[in-house]
Amino acid sequence: MATEKLSIAKAINASLRTALENDPKVVIMGEDVGKLGGVFRVTDGLQKDFGEERVIDTPLAESGIVGTAIGLALRGYRPVVEIQFDGFVFPAYDQIVTQLAKMHARALGKIKMPVVVRIPYGGAIGAVEHHSESPESLFAHVAGLKIVSPSNASDAYWMLQQAIQSDDPVIYFEPKRRYHDRSEVDTDAIPGPLHTARTVRQGTDLTLAAYGPMVKTCLEAAAAAAEEGKNLEVLDLRSISPIDFDAIQASVERTRRLVVVHEAPVFFGSGAEIAARITERCFYHLEAPVLRVGGYHAPYPPSRLEDEYLPGLDRVLDAVDRALAY
Amino acid sequence: MTVDSTAARKPRGGKRAGAKKPAAGAGEPELVQLLTPEGERVEHPDYAIDVTPEELRGLYRDMVLTRRFDGEATTLQRQGELGLWASLLGQEAAQIGSGRATRDDDYVFPTYREHGVAWCRGVDPTNLLGMFRGVNNGGWDPNENNFHLYTIVIGSQALHATGYAMGITKDGADSAVIAYFGDGATSQGDVAEAFTFAAVYNAPVVFFCQNNQWAISEPTEKQTRVPLYRRAQGYGFPGVRVDGNDVLACLAVTRAALERARTGQGPTFVEAFTYRMGAHTTSDDPTRYRRDEERELWEAKDPILRLRRHLEREGLADAEFFAALEAESDALAKRVRETVRAMPDPDSTAIFENIYADGHALVDEEREQFIAYQASFADEESK
Repeated sequence: MATEKLSIAKAINASLRTALENDPKVVIMGEDVGKLGGVFRVTDGLQKDFGEERVIDTPLAESGIVGTAIGLALRGYRPVVEIQFDGFVFPAYDQIVTQLAKMHARALGKIKMPVVVRIPYGGAIGAVEHHSESPESLFAHVAGLKIVSPSNASDAYWMLQQAIQSDDPVIYFEPKRRYHDRSEVDTDAIPGPLHTARTVRQGTDLTLAAYGPMVKTCLEAAAAAAEEGKNLEVLDLRSISPIDFDAIQASVERTRRLVVVHEAPVFFGSGAEIAARITERCFYHLEAPVLRVGGYHAPYPPSRLEDEYLPGLDRVLDAVDRALAY
Repeated sequence: MTVDSTAARKPRGGKRAGAKKPAAGAGEPELVQLLTPEGERVEHPDYAIDVTPEELRGLYRDMVLTRRFDGEATTLQRQGELGLWASLLGQEAAQIGSGRATRDDDYVFPTYREHGVAWCRGVDPTNLLGMFRGVNNGGWDPNENNFHLYTIVIGSQALHATGYAMGITKDGADSAVIAYFGDGATSQGDVAEAFTFAAVYNAPVVFFCQNNQWAISEPTEKQTRVPLYRRAQGYGFPGVRVDGNDVLACLAVTRAALERARTGQGPTFVEAFTYRMGAHTTSDDPTRYRRDEERELWEAKDPILRLRRHLEREGLADAEFFAALEAESDALAKRVRETVRAMPDPDSTAIFENIYADGHALVDEEREQFIAYQASFADEESK
C-alpha cells in the first residue's frame, strides 16, 4: 500500500519520477525544469536524480521546445514538456496544432506522437499579464489533441501517468491555484479511464459540471447551497477532449438542470459545447436552459480585478438560483 | 573546417579561374565549386572529392530521372490529375548531391519540394504525388526510408530534425540528420529556434538551405541583409555556401557536414546557392515578379547540362548510356502517369481514420453518424 497525502504539485512530481523510472524513453523538457525544479517546483529534484539527459533545461523558445519534442518522439522518445505559463504557449501553438496534432494522420497511422504538454493554467494567484489564462478551448477545437485537467492530487498523479503512456499527444492543464491542495494518492491503485468524468458530490436538484480549478469552487458552492436546502450534484469532467457527455447526460436526466463552470471566457468556451450537446441529448429532460459561468469576453484583467473576473462562489450560486427559478 | 570556410579565402588562380561569380552581386563570397558550368573539374582545398566514373554517371542518372519525374508531375497537374505541384526544376544538383551524401541510417526532414532527395532515399516517386492529387496528407511511412513526410508549414521541420538529432545523441548512435528548407524559411522563428537548439545541444544535424533566390515572389533581399550562410556564425556553428547547381560540390560539402555531425562536432549550415527555374508551384506566375533575363542567366548554369558536358568532355559516358537513360526516363514517366491516373480516391470514412492512435469518443460518434448518413442514401436507392 503506497498511499500518502500529497499536494497536486508533489503528486505531479511523483508521477514524473515514476515515469522516468519506469521508461528510459521518457524525457522531461522545459524552461527552468532542471536545477530550479520549475518556477512552481513541480520538477524539483528530478534533474539531480535523473541527469541533464533526462530532465532537460531548454532555451527560452516554446516553439522550439514542442518542435524538438516532436523530433524526439519520432526517434522513439516520450517527451513530457513543460510550458512555464498558460499565456506563453502561443509561440508553440503552431507546432502543437499544425504538427503535433496532425502527424499521426499525415503518416496514415504509421507514426505515433506520444508527447505530453504540461501547462500550468488559470488565475487567482495574483500574477501579471499572460500568467493566468485558460486556453483549453483553443486546443480542444483541434482534432488530434487530447486535453485533460486534474482537480486533485490522485488524479494529478494518475492522469499524468496515463497521458505519458498514451500514444496520442495530450495537453495536460495543471490548475496552478490548486497546486498546494493536498489529498490522498494511492500509487498502487488501478486508475479509471483517463477520459471519464467522476461524480464528486451526488445531488438531485441540479448538476454543476466543472474541471480543474473550478471543481473545488463548485463543491464549495454545493456545500453552501445545501445550507439553503438545495441538493446539488457536482461532476468533475477531468477530460476536456474528449468530454464524457454520457456522464453529463446521465446526471442531467436525473437532476434536470445543468450549470457549467470554467475560468475560461464563456464565449466559444467548453461550456458552450457542453450546453449545445446536452440540449440536443436532454431536451425533454431539461427544466431550464443550460447556464454557463466563466470569464468575460475581455483580456484577463490585472490581478486586483481577478476576483471580479473569475467565477467564485457567489456567481456559481447566482447561476444555480437562476436555473432553479425556471 | 573553419567557422566561415569560404568568406576569408582568396580566390585561387589556375583551375579556379574558370568559376563564375554568383549572380547575387558584388561583394558576395565565392561558392564552393568543383564543377564549372562548362563542365570542367576544379579543386577546392577543403572539399577534395574522388568520384568514380560510375558514380558520376549515377549522379547524372539521378538528376535526369528526377527532372523527368518532376516535369511529368507538372504536366499531370496541367491535365487536372494533380491539384498542385511544386516543381524542383533547376534544383536537381542541390538535392541529388546532398541526398547522395546521406547514409541509410541518416534521417531526412524535407519541405514539400525535395523530390530529388526522396529519390535518393528510395522513396517511390509516385508516393510523393498522393498529397498533390489530394488523396492523403502525406502517404508514406517515414521510417521505411528514414525520409520524413513533406512539411507544408515553412520551417517547422527544422525543429523536428533537431529534436530527432538530439535523440540520436541520446541513443549514442553515429547517424546524422539533414533538414531541408528554403531561403524564405530562414526568416521563420522555427528555423532560428532550431539553430539555437542544435547549437546548444551540439545536435548532429545539417541544415541544408536551398537558396533558390525566390520565396514565391519575394527575393532573398526581402529575407536577409547578410548572405544566409553567415547566419550560422552567430549561433556558433559553421556556415558554408556551395554552388547549388554543382552536384559534386553539393555532394562533397554535405558529406563533410554529415561526417562532422556524426563525429560529435555538431551542426552545420549549408547554403546551396541555386535557382528555381520554374514557378513556386503550379499556382504561381513568376512572370509577374521576375525577368526572363534572370532565368536565362541561370539556364547557362544548368546542373544537368554541366555534368553532361563533363561526362562528354572526359569521355566518361557514351551515346549508348545517354540513349539507355532516355529510355529509362520514358519508362519512369509512363509509370508515373499510369500510377497517378489509377490512384483511387480514398474511402470516404478515411476522414475519421488515424486521427488518434488510442481513439477518441467524439471521432467514434461522428464516424457512426457519418456512416449512417451515407447509408441513408443507399436505403433510398434500394426503394
